[in-house]
Amino acid sequence: MKNEYEPVIGLETHVELYTNTKMFCGCRLSFGEEKNIYTCPVCLGHPGSLPVINKKAIEYAAKIALALNCKIKRYTIFHRKNYFYPDMPKNYQISQYNLPLGVGGYLDVDMGAYIRRVRITRVHMEEDTGKLLHKGTTGRISESEASIVDFNRAGTPLIEVVTEPDIRSPGEAKEYMIILRNLILFLDVSNCSMEEGSLRCDANVSVRKTGEDKIGTKTEIKNLNSFKFLQKGLEYEFKRQIKVLEAGGEVIQQTRHYDSKTGTTKVLRSKEEAHDYRYFPEPDLVPIYIEDKMIEDIRKTIPELPSVKAKRFEKQYGLLKHDSSFLANNRDLADYFEQCCRYYNNAKNIAKWIMSNFSALLNKEKMTIKDSRVTPENLCKMMEIIDKGKISSKIAKLVFEEMFSTGKNPQKIIEDRGLEQISDEGLLEVIIEDVIKDNPGPVEQFKEGKDKAIGFLIGRVMAKTKGKANPGMVNEIIIKKLS
Amino acid sequence: MEIHYLTAHQLKDRLEKGQISCTEIVKSIYLRIEEVEDRLNSYIRLEKESALSRAGEVDKLISAGSDIEDFMGMPVAVKDNICTKNITTTCASRILENYIPIYNATVIDRLESRNYILAGKANMDEFAMGSSNENSYFGTVKNPWDTDRVPGGSSGGPAACVAAGEAVCSLGSDTGGSIRQPASLCGVVGFKPTYGMVSRYGLVAFASSLDQIGPITRDVEDCAAMLNIICGHDRKDSTSINMEVPDYKSFLKADIKDMRIGVPKELMVEGIDREVKEAVYRTIKLVEDMGGIVEEISLPNLEYALSVYYIIAPSEASSNLSRFDGVRYGYRNVEAESLREMYRRSRAEGFGDEVKRRIMIGAYCLSAGYYDAYYEKAQRVRTLIINDFKKAFKKFDVLISPTSPTTAFKIGEKIEDPLTMYLSDICTIPVNLAGLPAISIPAGLSGGKLPIGLQIIGNVLREDNVLKVAYSLEKAIGFTCRPGL
Repeated sequence: MKNEYEPVIGLETHVELYTNTKMFCGCRLSFGEEKNIYTCPVCLGHPGSLPVINKKAIEYAAKIALALNCKIKRYTIFHRKNYFYPDMPKNYQISQYNLPLGVGGYLDVDMGAYIRRVRITRVHMEEDTGKLLHKGTTGRISESEASIVDFNRAGTPLIEVVTEPDIRSPGEAKEYMIILRNLILFLDVSNCSMEEGSLRCDANVSVRKTGEDKIGTKTEIKNLNSFKFLQKGLEYEFKRQIKVLEAGGEVIQQTRHYDSKTGTTKVLRSKEEAHDYRYFPEPDLVPIYIEDKMIEDIRKTIPELPSVKAKRFEKQYGLLKHDSSFLANNRDLADYFEQCCRYYNNAKNIAKWIMSNFSALLNKEKMTIKDSRVTPENLCKMMEIIDKGKISSKIAKLVFEEMFSTGKNPQKIIEDRGLEQISDEGLLEVIIEDVIKDNPGPVEQFKEGKDKAIGFLIGRVMAKTKGKANPGMVNEIIIKKLS
Repeated sequence: MEIHYLTAHQLKDRLEKGQISCTEIVKSIYLRIEEVEDRLNSYIRLEKESALSRAGEVDKLISAGSDIEDFMGMPVAVKDNICTKNITTTCASRILENYIPIYNATVIDRLESRNYILAGKANMDEFAMGSSNENSYFGTVKNPWDTDRVPGGSSGGPAACVAAGEAVCSLGSDTGGSIRQPASLCGVVGFKPTYGMVSRYGLVAFASSLDQIGPITRDVEDCAAMLNIICGHDRKDSTSINMEVPDYKSFLKADIKDMRIGVPKELMVEGIDREVKEAVYRTIKLVEDMGGIVEEISLPNLEYALSVYYIIAPSEASSNLSRFDGVRYGYRNVEAESLREMYRRSRAEGFGDEVKRRIMIGAYCLSAGYYDAYYEKAQRVRTLIINDFKKAFKKFDVLISPTSPTTAFKIGEKIEDPLTMYLSDICTIPVNLAGLPAISIPAGLSGGKLPIGLQIIGNVLREDNVLKVAYSLEKAIGFTCRPGL
């Protein structure tokens, strides 16, 4: 029954830009320091203060719009969006309305089996609000004794990316967000942290019978503050709307709040309670005229984007599609990978190391590859040492762990800890003979044709050599001796 | 003449000759304030102590040989919607009764750098909304020429105190005539510069696209000298014009031979007092005597100026004044139990009737479904008005008209009838809509008792023409009357 329906989803994503100063004043941006220290008459909305546009913020916003294949408007203006809330110093937000900076773009979302092209309606600029902090044990407004406002965030440059209702599943929505986030990280204009709130997402959802063209009544879902919650919230809302329709009811246009504890959405306000924002052109600012040259200059600052990079990695380094996208989707990983390629010619091997052992350790330590102490040179040296048969891949794991924690050169680690692989045939023969003597049972089994038994014998040799024996040679010598 | 009636340039002259000290100037101004302030109420706050100590410092500078610049050591009244650091700036509203700005308006910084002296913060209509100064939380200002009458508004305090000798000059703000109309009613000179010539940073906004700070002085020469100080680009105001500022004093020449002067017939129609009209005609005669060429001209869209203004100004105001909510500063109702109630009661108790009326008009004009019919349409008509002026200035150097259709009216006479009150600004409002420079100078007394003002309007950035004609006419008219206060 459920398969008869499909969700129609559009996303509105807010991204905080990390310019040096705020959108309309000279205050620094804050990253969770003492409350209300990065404030001035302008971002506190004091009487008589006036906004002045941060040119850098416009450049950053245009960079995002261009990367999303939008057209940049040569003439763009700010509007005031009027509503009362204590975290809004002026009780209006300077935002954009009918003349946004960027329009008519798209983002291709690779779902593996197919590519979903999500059209971008608009990319516009605005200012962030302050933060309300509710005093009390729960931190919730309804149970708080008092609320305080921290205006450090007020006036932080923000862009909003609005899509057309082109997304057809919660999974696509999640994938869209992941790709959008990667793209913006590549542009180096925001830290895009959903946890810290520098990347926030609201979704518009409706359902319809699969194959229909018309779009049903939508609800807006707020508080989808992680990739997981985005997917879960949409899945819940999709099912909820189907249930309403199946019961003969109608979906009511409203704004709903996603509760991550219960995994459900609840009504925040109905259409009737929706704000009339009374938008009008901001008279304290003058229109922005963007010249072709400025657009070209900004375009030049856009690096190779993940999708293009992935294709190049496949072609240039012969990587598998999965591996090249994995690396290309993270600017730091991709840069690291390419640096390694300068020192070492087996790109697949580099990719394998970065994606397996290295990534595992980075994830465990919650670090990025940029913060890691392993230099590309050292990683490559280590791979060369493995290739030369000086250490086994098992030992290599140990060596790498030490490289990861100390940043030391792999050669030095191997020497200091005496980890070099034993490839001395004579020495290995002596050890193997001992093992054969001590384990008559498995030796018999091997001779009877049970190939598995050789594994046990190799294991014994490795144990005696503390893992340093060259496993290939050990294998060869045992077979030679027992046949 | 009494010291308190001297102009800034006369006082400067005496300072230079060592005939007077700054301290004496400030003292004589405060003596005058003590003498008449009870009857006028032109100030919300006086800064006597700091003014006297500043005067002492300036005297020291002078005796140490410092050059005496214009307005150095001059007691200036500042309208109470211009932010003064550490000194209350109330906008004559209960909602800002105790508000102390944490910064100076750019114009104040500029004046401070010239060693001016702040005499006090002048009374006004609440948030500069009004034409009679009856809308002040701190009480009505009285006209020095007849204390039963209004001084005009919204810069009633700044105009009255200059007219009465309670300050050498003052700074006002003009959104629809708020400098020129009270200057006219009080018999002093009031100038609204081209929009963007004076930084609005620190001027508590009423209608951002119309507001402009300007001087109120005793004569045109002081006006030009004050423009020299306050005009000029300010990075903190995006609407401020980035260009070299001329020396406005260089335009003070009594020569208007061959200048072309237009008289918009739409500003000389019904509703203009007979005596006011006659004063304008007398001036026209003077202009012609001096070799100027005067012609009537029609600006057909001026008919709609008042309607356009009362859509655009309240719309902007409704948004500008939403920051006064009791959350961060200003009056807060402490009994409210919820956020919404706190907003509602703080604003209901903090704002006066006229302010509320305009907030409601503005919110209505901007609301969904009405925006196109009101705000959007008004902006289109505003463009037509601007085009009318553009056309007129192809033919004329300046336009002249009455500043106010009437002389000072009785206190209480129009306050119950907002629409009649709004008509007080019919001649001045079009100038703000088009962002033009304009001056009001005294053109005589009606019935020998109340001042009549003449408005001279220039093209955008043509303050030079305005000042030239104003200076010439001031000499020709020879208005020297003082209120019998």
